[in-house]
Amino acid sequence: MKIGTPKETYEGENRVAMTPASARDLQKLGHECVIETKAGLAAGFADADYEAAGVEVVKTAAALWKAADIVAKVRVPNETEMKRLRANQTLISFFSPVADEDKMQAAAKKGATVIAMEMIPRISRAQKMDALSSMANIAGYRAVIEAGNNFGRFFTGQITAAGKVPPAKVLVVGAGVAGLAAIGTSTSLGAITYAFDVRPEVAEQVESMGAEFVYLDFEEEQADGASSGGYASVSSPEFREAQLAKFRELAPEMDIVITTALIPNREAPELWTEDMVKAMKPGSVVVDLAAEKGGNCKLTVKDEKIVTDNGVTIIGYTDFPSRMATQASTLYATNIRHLLTDLTPEKDGVIDHDMDDDVIRGATIAHAKEVTFPPPPPKVQAIAAQPKAAVKEPTPEEIRANEVAAFKAQTKQQVTLLGIGAALLLLIGLIAPASFMQHFIVFILSVFIGFQVIWGVAHSLHTPLMAVTNAISSIIILGALIQIGSTGWLITILAALGIFMASINIFGGFLVTRRMLAMFQKS
Amino acid sequence: MDFGFTIAAYAVAAVLFILSLGGLSGQESAKRAVWYGIVGMAIAVLATLIGPGSGLWLLSLLLIAGGAAVGHQLATRVQMTQMPELVAIMHSLVGLAAVFVGFNAHMMILNMGQVVAQHGLLLGPEGVAALPVGVYEELSSFGKLIIKKTPVEIGILKIELVLGIWIGAVTFTGSVVAYGKLAGRIDSAAKKLPGGHMLNIAAAALSLLFTITYLSGGGSFSLVLLTLLGLFIGYHLIMGIGGADMPVVVSMLNSYSGWAAAAIGFSLGNDLLIVVGALVGSSGAILSYIMCKAMNRSFISVILGGFGGPAGEQMAVEGEQVAIDVDGVAQALDEADSVIIIPGYGMAVAQAQQNVAELTRRLRAKGKTVRFAIHPVAGRLPGHMNVLLAEAKVPYDIVMEMDEINDDFPDTDVAIVIGSNDIVNPAAQDDPNSPIAGMPVLEVWKAKQVFVSKRGQGTGYSGIENPLFFKDNTRMFYGDAKASLDSLLGKIG
Repeated sequence: MKIGTPKETYEGENRVAMTPASARDLQKLGHECVIETKAGLAAGFADADYEAAGVEVVKTAAALWKAADIVAKVRVPNETEMKRLRANQTLISFFSPVADEDKMQAAAKKGATVIAMEMIPRISRAQKMDALSSMANIAGYRAVIEAGNNFGRFFTGQITAAGKVPPAKVLVVGAGVAGLAAIGTSTSLGAITYAFDVRPEVAEQVESMGAEFVYLDFEEEQADGASSGGYASVSSPEFREAQLAKFRELAPEMDIVITTALIPNREAPELWTEDMVKAMKPGSVVVDLAAEKGGNCKLTVKDEKIVTDNGVTIIGYTDFPSRMATQASTLYATNIRHLLTDLTPEKDGVIDHDMDDDVIRGATIAHAKEVTFPPPPPKVQAIAAQPKAAVKEPTPEEIRANEVAAFKAQTKQQVTLLGIGAALLLLIGLIAPASFMQHFIVFILSVFIGFQVIWGVAHSLHTPLMAVTNAISSIIILGALIQIGSTGWLITILAALGIFMASINIFGGFLVTRRMLAMFQKS
Repeated sequence: MDFGFTIAAYAVAAVLFILSLGGLSGQESAKRAVWYGIVGMAIAVLATLIGPGSGLWLLSLLLIAGGAAVGHQLATRVQMTQMPELVAIMHSLVGLAAVFVGFNAHMMILNMGQVVAQHGLLLGPEGVAALPVGVYEELSSFGKLIIKKTPVEIGILKIELVLGIWIGAVTFTGSVVAYGKLAGRIDSAAKKLPGGHMLNIAAAALSLLFTITYLSGGGSFSLVLLTLLGLFIGYHLIMGIGGADMPVVVSMLNSYSGWAAAAIGFSLGNDLLIVVGALVGSSGAILSYIMCKAMNRSFISVILGGFGGPAGEQMAVEGEQVAIDVDGVAQALDEADSVIIIPGYGMAVAQAQQNVAELTRRLRAKGKTVRFAIHPVAGRLPGHMNVLLAEAKVPYDIVMEMDEINDDFPDTDVAIVIGSNDIVNPAAQDDPNSPIAGMPVLEVWKAKQVFVSKRGQGTGYSGIENPLFFKDNTRMFYGDAKASLDSLLGKIG
């Protein structure tokens, strides 16, 4: 198959969906690669680089669309490109099935197959193709860099001969991929970083990146993000209030605020209100990564940088990945290459569009003249394990009742055992002579004492305990000692042997115990 | 002639023995407790030598001195990793001594019977009273004890000595086999002669039969046969138990040696023997119970040997074992804040405890939290791991029991499993069909990262597949535990 990448038509878009490196890998899968001239120029890849990697360079977009069986690009195709799309051609690009529904319908009508990079399911296996994550990662990093560019101070605190510099305080709202990337960048630059997210389970991830998670004083069952594929869902009005109150409290202290809160297929929620911006110090910076969807801050102007009356800079750029076109193209091209690897299971250059595969099925929105969106839920569930149903805390009454019941059961068991024991003893007493019973009492009491004492022995001392009991079980030596002076040579020999063996045991046992115990020491 | 002094000394010795066992509740008091035991034993032996055992006291002393020399050699030479073997072989001595003493009692009964028969009398107080002057006085103290017994008392005496001899015989061969298995001289897998448990049952039934013939005047021959049967049962019973169950076996044999001593104590009418025998017997029984509970198996199933067959299809293990090299482990340890080490029998086999201790010292010097998690049945003897770690001078306050530490695994960065297998097997919790289902295990897989030091890919002692090795957060660190740790120490400065 021929895989082609046209030059992006969207203005200001610098990325490209194929790099020389990815083209080499694609050729290993048995495919041929073709690219429009100057497609990679803005991302730092010259035509010569592509040619060196064995990619055919064509002069016009029209020629490319005609030549390629599979078109891989970054942005949603424009009207012209839609016209160029033809039957049995596969298009791989970002393609929002909700916002661009008519284009999706058109593609399906034509009989083209469309794979939308946004729709790659968020399961572990598909992470290598998850372009949203790789772009969000860049956006998060770049957001901090842009903020730093517009912020007049150091991120890190310093005490220098020229005076003391306080560290910058950064708040990241929304700890998704972009948020976590922003946290990582910010902490590594030395800022004191705080982070907030509506999904409490990400607190651990936030803390692992070195930021402090902002907890709310709010009691509500939060929907676990894992149930919605790792994305946040809409929160209740009460929760929102508590969240805004917390932000209001934080606003005057924060130097840089980076908001990344997005809910799939919805307007971005307003989280950083006008009064919070007013409360911030002059010179502070707000970076709104949700600007494309209306912004987490209502003052944000899409694709622009504004300065408010009180001197707060608000950045609403939406092209962060494009601003780092080389890096973004490398990652995006790799995502595409992984996707094509899955589409070419035999590595023979033949595409097998397997609609039973969770990942391919999920991302395909048009196939064989049908619109195939929305996809059925994936067979492999979610990225995070569902927490087990919480064990119900027993009430104090129940605990008490349980204790009473346990006590009763114990008493019953003990009384039964004692009863049986006493009956057995009486039975023996009826038959056995008194001289035996005298010793028998001693025996029973000793067993009893033994049971009481041994339970208290520490686990770690079980080996010494065995050595000691072994040593003192050689008390059998007394029997041999009593017998050795008796008449009869056989008795004397056997008794002598008994004494000898038992005394080995006595000395060996005690010595070895002492050796062991001497080794136990405290730190 | 009564030995009031001896009885008083026995009372003191008994109290000292009880204190000695009770003192083992803590590491510090244990050091004192051993001395109680030693003094108790010294008092008991001296009192017997002066009193009823004064017959050949010089020979006795020489024999004790000889035994002391051998015992001293054994105790100072033994390696701490060989402790299970030592304890096992010493049990066999007690068992054999019990058999000898029992036989002596039997011969004494015959001798005394002849003595009174020469004068046309019967055993018992009346017979003694009718004996010619001088005959009774010439008897040894043991003889005097026997000759006064009535026929009913002789009957009881015979039951007791049969018990003593039989248990002693079982203990003797059982301990020898256990020793062989622990020392690796006998294949440690469970082995049975054809017939299996039926042989044991048959032998036990025959033993009962010979006991009855002996009691009804069967004489020495039935007693010898009885002893042989006891020896066979001891051998066959322990042969049928696998190496992994040795902690239970050793404590069970310990218990038997105590009961044998107690039975002999009855036949000799010696209260101290009874007291100590009962103490040792119950102590061993409790230890066996604790070990069985730690494996979630009934005592019976351990004794009958081998793991029961699986109740159904066992879960298939998915994934593959991923190996890691020494650099990877060193790096992970360098980054970790908290480390838990789980030692097992493999550490003892490889003699790696010193390296483990050195690793611990270095990690602690870097300010990391290092702790040890000890499963109750780790090793081949109750408390085996504690003794090895103590020998390597690992402070005992960082050595934790399973219940103390199991909840801490989720907060642990690195768990290192050294030569243990079944005690960290998640199948015990996840797979109801696993042979070890329900056995409490150390939940190492909850740690962020798990390293397993293991010789090769094979299954463990019990031959059960371990899903832990296939988990995503598990890395296999193949190689002899000691060599692996040696190379690891080189990387951790």
